[in-house]
Amino acid sequence: MLRWILIFPLLGVFFHTFLGYRLGRRAVSIVGPAVVGLSFLVTVGVVIRLFQLGPDGALVDRMFPWIVAGRVDVWATLRLDALSAVMTLIVTGVGFLIHVYSAGYMARDEDYARYFLYLNLFMLSMLILVLADSILLFFVGWEGVGLCSYLLIGFWYSEDQNAAAGKKAFIVNRIGDAGFLLGFMLLFWTLGREGVWTLDFAGFREHANLLTPGVATAAALLLFVGATGKSAQIPLYVWLPDAMAGPTPVSALIHAATMVTAGVYMIARMHFLYDLAPAALAVVASIGAATAVFAATIGLVQNDLKKVLAYSTVSQLGYMFLAMGVGAYASGIFHLMTHAFFKGLLFLGAGSVIHGMSGEQDIRKMGGLREKMPTTFLTFAIACAAIAGVPPFSGFFSKDAILFQAFASEHGHPVLWAMGLAGAVLTAFYMFRLLFLTFFGQTRADHHTAGHVHESPPSMTVPLMVLAALSVAGGWVGLPAGWLWGDRFAEFLAPVLGEPHHGHHELALEYGLMAVSIVAAGTGIAIAYLFYFHSPELPARVAASFRRGYQLLLEKYRVDELYDATVVRWTFGLANFFWKLVDVAVIDGTVNGVAMFIRQQSRTWRLLQTGNVQNYALTFMLGAIVVVAFFLLR
Amino acid sequence: MTGETILFLVVAALAVVSSLAVILHPNPVYCALSLVIALFQVAALFLLLGAHMIAFLQVIVYAGAIMVLFLFVIMLLNVQRDVEPTPAGSRAVAGIAAGVLGAELAGFFLTRPLPAAAAPGPEDFGSVLALARALFTEHAFSFELTSVLLLVAIVGSVVIARRA
Amino acid sequence: MVPLSWILALAGILFAIGGAGVLLRRNVIVMFMSIELMLNAANVAFVAISRHLQSMDGQVMVFFVMTVAAAEAAVGLAIILAAFRNKLTVNPSDLNLLKW
Repeated sequence: MLRWILIFPLLGVFFHTFLGYRLGRRAVSIVGPAVVGLSFLVTVGVVIRLFQLGPDGALVDRMFPWIVAGRVDVWATLRLDALSAVMTLIVTGVGFLIHVYSAGYMARDEDYARYFLYLNLFMLSMLILVLADSILLFFVGWEGVGLCSYLLIGFWYSEDQNAAAGKKAFIVNRIGDAGFLLGFMLLFWTLGREGVWTLDFAGFREHANLLTPGVATAAALLLFVGATGKSAQIPLYVWLPDAMAGPTPVSALIHAATMVTAGVYMIARMHFLYDLAPAALAVVASIGAATAVFAATIGLVQNDLKKVLAYSTVSQLGYMFLAMGVGAYASGIFHLMTHAFFKGLLFLGAGSVIHGMSGEQDIRKMGGLREKMPTTFLTFAIACAAIAGVPPFSGFFSKDAILFQAFASEHGHPVLWAMGLAGAVLTAFYMFRLLFLTFFGQTRADHHTAGHVHESPPSMTVPLMVLAALSVAGGWVGLPAGWLWGDRFAEFLAPVLGEPHHGHHELALEYGLMAVSIVAAGTGIAIAYLFYFHSPELPARVAASFRRGYQLLLEKYRVDELYDATVVRWTFGLANFFWKLVDVAVIDGTVNGVAMFIRQQSRTWRLLQTGNVQNYALTFMLGAIVVVAFFLLR
Repeated sequence: MTGETILFLVVAALAVVSSLAVILHPNPVYCALSLVIALFQVAALFLLLGAHMIAFLQVIVYAGAIMVLFLFVIMLLNVQRDVEPTPAGSRAVAGIAAGVLGAELAGFFLTRPLPAAAAPGPEDFGSVLALARALFTEHAFSFELTSVLLLVAIVGSVVIARRA
Repeated sequence: MVPLSWILALAGILFAIGGAGVLLRRNVIVMFMSIELMLNAANVAFVAISRHLQSMDGQVMVFFVMTVAAAEAAVGLAIILAAFRNKLTVNPSDLNLLKW
């Protein structure tokens, strides 16, 4: 039954490949979202069945034998447990909304069938990733989403920089993938030496006790390298801002709601490994917290609407890894879910704004869109409130849970908490800066663009509204302990992720920290109000006083330039060497050399073919002489 | 020196001389006629060796039919004397090669011990009857095949020599 | 009885003379005649050994050789005719289309 969740997008892929352009725009824009919608319905159905199975239940679909060789017996198996149920619902649900939105957004694009082909292919890969029961199948999905990311970022490849952005994403991901491969191969091999040959998550979990802490830490860190690539953490986050070159719904789906969350999901799945390696957890938490603050600082000064959101995504992913790193796996997944709602909404809203502004993406040229695009404005504002952590919106509950765990968990630390808090202030600030500059005040666009500003069609606004509703209410499944029904979310995930680390928490501590969070959010919003609503001349003055700092942030700390000067140049040099020396001289030389040799030989030997019969007869005669001589001399 | 031996030497000498004429005379008609003489010498040789039927066949088929065909073609093509003489180098090479081969062969046969002669066979050795007996019993299949071969040759030569 | 070796030697000499003719002459018809000479030399050898071993097989062989020679002469001359029609030459050096 689970396989039907995958089959529908697969059918979509075939449809768009072979029939898409033949049957026209209408058909494609119906089939594309429809297959995802069907997947979603199947998902809902199986999740209901899962509920009926009780807390430890899981649905398994062993599809077909895949690699049966020697001591390895891997089937392609899908598993729906609590964790994958949450992920699948998010992927299909939000995915469906974004597909519907895309039908409107890409309505005038030439390559509509190719777009939905890639989008459906992405859905297929992501679903394989979240439903896989073995790490090998998981990796198939992992690679698949990487591929689709490349295809979709570089969708308008006729512009060189779009193609370059796609390549950058793929290559940086590949570096992470190398770490990931090493990680799970290490696990496979180590367990194999103990006699356990398995590649299933269940198998790893069952025999994790056979791993020494050293091996566990090494494997955990290697897998985390893969996560930094896929989920854009320090040091492999650099592809995400560039990925904004792709169509905006792609940014919403892949680089906010789903693909980038794969790394977080991976850690949740392998949490038993990380539980054995506290050192690795510390690394994860540190990098998560650092990334959260680092990316937030860059987002403060960016002027491109989508770039702000991109850095915001990197930052929020940092929060998720912070949660994982302090052992609060359920909280990390909780934030993953709420983030999918409000970040997806933010990107779709941005798309709506860009669409209404005839392609303009610079917020310095926007303003005053509140009246002309009311639905977009309202939903965008809700999302801003959610991401800033304003209660009772969804983001408040998830972010607050993370901050609390960062402080109070046994793996937590006050410094981590402080970094998270700082990030929260910055997040609130830059998001409301965005809101104010885009929607409030006088319009700063030129006359032509301003005249064309219009609200988007229902195919785009309805998904906005749905996501807005989720951004409001989505957090209510994970209330702090003691409030109404408490943290149902964590309870649901407990069979898979373990009991939430309550540590020694006193209610007072929790409420105290919660109050601090709210104050932090409020502070950020207040400063944004001051800078961009009340006294618009302030930002320029502050930027002038801290010019060097401002420049540094604007140029995103020149990290790309650093990478270019070190790694990239060196790699190009190596590639050049291999090209000129090995490929051209040695390999081509050998192949061409063989050909040249043969040609030269043939030029020589063909001179024997004089075409003159008497020459041939002479050869016969000489042969006869030799033969007779042989007999004569014997 | 028996009469047979003397006869043999005469016939051999004539065969060699006329063969040389075949390869050396510039006028192709004379070459053909020399070849006819050579063929007659060979027929005489066959008679000396007791192969009566074969000798007659040699005269009828070779000298009588094949050489006639050659002469027809020579006349048809109106072939003149050789226009350009063979270059000296080629002549030397040909002469040396052939000379070497001839010397080798002659030397081989004259110096090596040959298998012993068998006892004299049936009375009609070499006669029509003997040949027919061999052809139609032991070698019947090959005999039939030659008829096919001749058919192919007839059809082939007609097709090839046709005016397009 | 003439010694077998003499007859075989004669056959060898005739064969060599025929070979010389093939290499020497610049006229395909005369070349062809030289080839017939070589065939005849072989026939002589066959008959000689047939008499030596008192077996009719040698003479049967000669019979077949003559048949084949006849067929070959017919077809060969037809080819020479066809080639002559196309190239108006009987010089084998001019018939060198299969040159490299």
